[in-house]
Amino acid sequence: MKAKIIIMPKRTVLDPQGKTVKNALESLSFKGIKDVRVGKFMEIELEGGNKAELRKKMDKACHDLLSNPVIEEYRFELHE
Amino acid sequence: MRFGIIQFPGSNCDQDAHHALAELLGQPTRYIWHKEESLGEIDCVVIPGGFSYGDYLRTGAIARFSPAMKAVIQHAKAGGLVLGICNGFQILCEAHLLPGALIRNRGLRFICEHVFVRVKTTESPFTNACQKGQVLRIPIAHGEGNYFAEPAVVEQLRRSDRILLQYCTMDGELTDAANPNGSIENIAGICNEEGNVFGMMPHPERASEKLLGSEDGRLIFDSLLAGQRIAT
Repeated sequence: MKAKIIIMPKRTVLDPQGKTVKNALESLSFKGIKDVRVGKFMEIELEGGNKAELRKKMDKACHDLLSNPVIEEYRFELHE
Repeated sequence: MRFGIIQFPGSNCDQDAHHALAELLGQPTRYIWHKEESLGEIDCVVIPGGFSYGDYLRTGAIARFSPAMKAVIQHAKAGGLVLGICNGFQILCEAHLLPGALIRNRGLRFICEHVFVRVKTTESPFTNACQKGQVLRIPIAHGEGNYFAEPAVVEQLRRSDRILLQYCTMDGELTDAANPNGSIENIAGICNEEGNVFGMMPHPERASEKLLGSEDGRLIFDSLLAGQRIAT
């Protein structure tokens, strides 16, 4: 089983990286860009097949280490 | 006062802190390797600056789980003094010993320069040798020093007088231009509710002797020693 995790800065947190990327895109004449936010993508390979259990495990991993709940939010999917 | 300085792989201000504490202040100081599970007999633990564990994942995120940090958390919960400098501040936030987080500087650049910070309160073991409102000239050196916390948390910090240092102009004004990294409320250093854990982004150990261009940072260490004299 593989977990695909997306971690994004919270909406209430300033994302200077996203802002800079937006400015760069605009300076390259990409039009109509309303907002850019930069986050992280992770893939984790897991042992075991009990989806419910793995989901619980990954949720804890995301909450305790992979993201910082003060500034970030996460979501993940489990794939066979 | 007996000091312990935590060394993580990637710490790089540990020896500067040791020099300031042992040589300049003449205090018994020892290094504590990150794998040590006990801090031994110390009064104040210093978590120095650097790039612990390569800053992987997030600054301070991995260091938080090291054996030495478990001992630091115990030490803090028992009322022991903890001073986190730069990466040390980031680690203290990740370890939930201090609220909030330090995110990327608003200009995205790593900033290494002398800045001015104002002492907002002297009711702290870390600032009691300063004057209220005193302006200190201390260098910063960080890429992630932009202090963030939810408005309710910041309000709580303000109300309980836990914002110890704020970036300011040479004259002590809290302007946006004097804020090098975009920190909320120009925050450069905060303490926990009990007042025994303090994190600051500027490096007092790099400004503790004339040779280095400023002695203002020494006031932070002098405060610790002065506080101890009052306690004993």
